[in-house]
Amino acid sequence: MKARVTVTLKTGVLDPQGKAIEGALKSLGVDGVANVRQGKVFDIELDTADRSAAEETLKAACERLLANTVIENYRVEIA
Amino acid sequence: MKSAVIVFPGSNREGDVAKALVQAGSTVEKVWHAEPDLPAGTDLVVLPGGFSYGDYLRCGAIAGRARVMDAVRAHAARGGRVLGICNGFQILCESGLLPGILMRNANLKFICHRQLLRVERSDTSFTNHYDKGQVIDVCVAHGEGNYTADSETLKRLEGDGLVAFRYSDAKGEITTDSNRNGSMNAIAGIYSEGLNVLGMMPHPENLIDELVGGTDGRGLFQSLVAA
Repeated sequence: MKARVTVTLKTGVLDPQGKAIEGALKSLGVDGVANVRQGKVFDIELDTADRSAAEETLKAACERLLANTVIENYRVEIA
Repeated sequence: MKSAVIVFPGSNREGDVAKALVQAGSTVEKVWHAEPDLPAGTDLVVLPGGFSYGDYLRCGAIAGRARVMDAVRAHAARGGRVLGICNGFQILCESGLLPGILMRNANLKFICHRQLLRVERSDTSFTNHYDKGQVIDVCVAHGEGNYTADSETLKRLEGDGLVAFRYSDAKGEITTDSNRNGSMNAIAGIYSEGLNVLGMMPHPENLIDELVGGTDGRGLFQSLVAA
């Protein structure tokens, strides 16, 4: 079973990297970019076929390591 | 006093901090991160600076979950002292021993320069050789030192007197120029609730010898040995 975890900064948390990317896009002349927030994507293979077991594993992975919930949110998608 | 300096893959300031501790009169044992226990009789645990695990995922995230950290958490829970410097501060935040997080510097630059700090209190076992309000001259070298916490946490840190050091100018004033990484409230270091855990971004261990520019960092190590 495969899953994708997306970790993003919470609203209101300053994202200097996103701001720098936004500035670079503007200076490249890529028009229409209003705001950029940078995040992380993890593609994870699970050795189970049980969907609820997978959800539990992924939640633990996010809470315990992949996201710092002080500043980040996470989203789990199971393929 | 017996100090244990924890070494992670990518730590690189363990030698300097060990030297500062020995100079102040402590014995030092280096402890590899995979150890389940601290040496018997450890008074102080030090998490040194560096780039543990190459700063992968988030600075200090993987080291903060290393095996030895369970022993460090138990040591802290017993009231044992823990000092985290630079990457060590990031590890303390990631391990849950201190609140908040060190974000990318607001100007996105790695900063490496001499830095003045204002000592916020002198009645702790880390700062008893300094005066309250004293300005000390140390160094900073980091890319992620921008201290960030939610407003509740910040209020608690300020209300309970848990801010250890702030980035200041020579008069002890907090200015935009003195706070170059953009930390909230110019916070350079914080204590745990019990005042037995200190995390700080600057490097006091750099300034322990006139030969390399000053000795203002000595006081911290002398305080620890005296306490």
